[in-house]
Amino acid sequence: MTATDITHESIVERLSAQFPGKILSHDEPFGLLSLNVPREDVIDIIKWLKEDAAFQFIFMTDLCGVHFPEQSGQELGVIYHLHSLVHNVRLRLRTFFPANDPVVPTATTVFKAANWMERETFDFFGIRFIGHPDLRRILNVDDMDYHPLLKQYPLEDGTRTDKDDKYFGR
Amino acid sequence: MAVKLVEGPEGHTGQGFFATSFDKAIGLARANSIWPLPFATSCCGIEFMATMGAHYDLARFGSERLSFSPRQADLLMVMGTIAKKMGPVLKQVYLQMAEPRWVLSVGACASSGGIFDTYSVLQGIDKVIPVDVYVPGCPPTPEAIIDGVMKIQELIKNESLRRRNSDEYQQLLNSYGIE
Amino acid sequence: MDTLQTTPPGLQEEKQYNTLNLGPTHPATHGIFQNVLQMDGEYIVSGEATIGYIHRAFEKLAEHRPFYQITPITDRLNYCSSPINNIGWQLTVEKLLDVQTPKRVDYMRVIIMELARITDHLICNSVVGVDTGALTGFVYVFQQREHVYEIYEAICGSRLTTNIGRIGGFERDFDDNVMRRIRKFLDEFPKVWKEFEGLLSRNRIFMDRTIGVGGISVEDALDYGFTGPNLRAAGLDYDVRVMNPYSSYQDFDFIIPIGQSGDVYDRFCVRNEEIWQSLSILEQAYAKLQQMPKGDYFAHVPEFYLPPKQDVYTKMEALIWHFKIVMGEVDVPKGEVYHAVEGGNGELGFYLISDGGRQPYRLHFRRPCFIYYQAFPEMIKGSMLSDAILTMSSMNVIAGELDA
Repeated sequence: MTATDITHESIVERLSAQFPGKILSHDEPFGLLSLNVPREDVIDIIKWLKEDAAFQFIFMTDLCGVHFPEQSGQELGVIYHLHSLVHNVRLRLRTFFPANDPVVPTATTVFKAANWMERETFDFFGIRFIGHPDLRRILNVDDMDYHPLLKQYPLEDGTRTDKDDKYFGR
Repeated sequence: MAVKLVEGPEGHTGQGFFATSFDKAIGLARANSIWPLPFATSCCGIEFMATMGAHYDLARFGSERLSFSPRQADLLMVMGTIAKKMGPVLKQVYLQMAEPRWVLSVGACASSGGIFDTYSVLQGIDKVIPVDVYVPGCPPTPEAIIDGVMKIQELIKNESLRRRNSDEYQQLLNSYGIE
Repeated sequence: MDTLQTTPPGLQEEKQYNTLNLGPTHPATHGIFQNVLQMDGEYIVSGEATIGYIHRAFEKLAEHRPFYQITPITDRLNYCSSPINNIGWQLTVEKLLDVQTPKRVDYMRVIIMELARITDHLICNSVVGVDTGALTGFVYVFQQREHVYEIYEAICGSRLTTNIGRIGGFERDFDDNVMRRIRKFLDEFPKVWKEFEGLLSRNRIFMDRTIGVGGISVEDALDYGFTGPNLRAAGLDYDVRVMNPYSSYQDFDFIIPIGQSGDVYDRFCVRNEEIWQSLSILEQAYAKLQQMPKGDYFAHVPEFYLPPKQDVYTKMEALIWHFKIVMGEVDVPKGEVYHAVEGGNGELGFYLISDGGRQPYRLHFRRPCFIYYQAFPEMIKGSMLSDAILTMSSMNVIAGELDA
């Protein structure tokens, strides 16, 4: 299968025409077109990409969160990977938002696959997805009181008593 | 091909009778008819499947009948990582087992948390239940698992019948919060 | 295609349902996950899945380890076919570092990955047999896994969690011992597999139990993010080896088997046929390896591939490179890369964000099991309990990949 039907330029062009001013930036790390979009519009963009007859990005490959504590105002992010199986083209969408306001609309209205992936992102980063049918922790214990993959938390459990710091160079 | 049988204990023998002590006879019987409960959670469970398979065959040690119900099992073989979410479940399974019961901790994750020194993994099942034999390895080869079972057999054969009612054992259980 | 089984009369009325707890430790769920089912007699009304009982925090752990120390972690994702995970991770890092591996390395990797795929499908299909009552098939076929373990042991020293290969290739070439064992496996395994297929594929009891059970339509499967044999059984021929070829898969000739209704029987048949296709790929790769000269078993990337030990002990430059690589003083490029391989269960993706340091800044695993297991409560609605067990085992849910 070759990807000659649609090109990265045509994707950016048509998206910018459909959502003017919403494509904040785009680049192509390692051949994968990646777009930065604001969080209010990311679900509309995904829906449009899925339903557009020419593009048909009908497969959601992945949804994950990321934390950049030094990008103030844009610390937390959600990264979506989409795949157009018909044209064999992959796409990455990134949306960033501040850590003191970690809300994003849910993608479960567009792809059912996003259900557990958003629960996992909530579990790890504390990002709340508005409109998610059942947003609760999925992998960690239910009464855990912090979101472990944020950069300020250590790898080990904080309540450990048997690990002597002086042997571990801390 | 000669089949190797287990050796009998020492005792007094005569015309039509053989006398030995209860400890030795019961120890012999228990050691060679262990009913294991395979509590297989991850990769070590696949090595356990290989141990039960035809190549390594744990069944020749008397463990032909696996019991998935704790009420009918003698030996709790914990194979794989135990996360903190799983800890209470493991303790519940242990509590349901009837005395005498033994615990074999297979693999690095069950013995000490293994390579996963993280916020979500229990650093060794001996934080929640008392363990008799630890088998290191990641995953241990089936030979190592069989070695662990043989050590359990040694323990069972030489265990005193009164051990489970002794004060020391009660104190051990109390230290885990088990009455 | 209707995914609901035939609903018995009276299911729609207001009734008191029983709650049945299936798991987390249950002999029939091959793995640690819990399903709380609402039952109307023997029929399942609804189910709720709870996972996370073996959550080992791979993604957080990976942020504290250098790249080559992450390979053992990837082992433990889908531990029935760990070489595929290892090689997938190595390919991701090679994509980040822009390393081109020689053809011999690619073919060696293909051999190892196809062996792993065979063992994964072998376990899944024999376990489906066990759940329908055919225990002999499992024990008989498991012996073949021992032969594959011996091949892995000859290559990398370990049986199950292999940590196979290096970033850039392998640490040593396949010697005669390995090639002989692979040849022996290729000669003996087809007979065994034909026997196993003969036991179950056209067996009246097996077919009655599995046809029409646990089906899913292609549209639902795509919506839920299915990949791998589960999606192919539903009817869509999406295979990462063909869509985005890696490790020279484009040089091999194989077909992608697909099913029609996505039920348990289709998944069983698709996995069977994939084993035959893997055997064919193995034969082709073996023949290609025999024709290539030996010795070309790693890419020439001195900054990331450890030099051979004889050189480290005798030559100065090799010593310095060894020191720099192990202590992590080599520059890693910054970048963001997503690479996917076709694992035993589908598209296994690695999303790596590197900030130039020794350790990844963020590593996310796209685990196929986690994504398609979401559909399980939907798939078992209205079916009987024993059918739900069959559906679960035919989806090949591996707990390590589910929770990571």
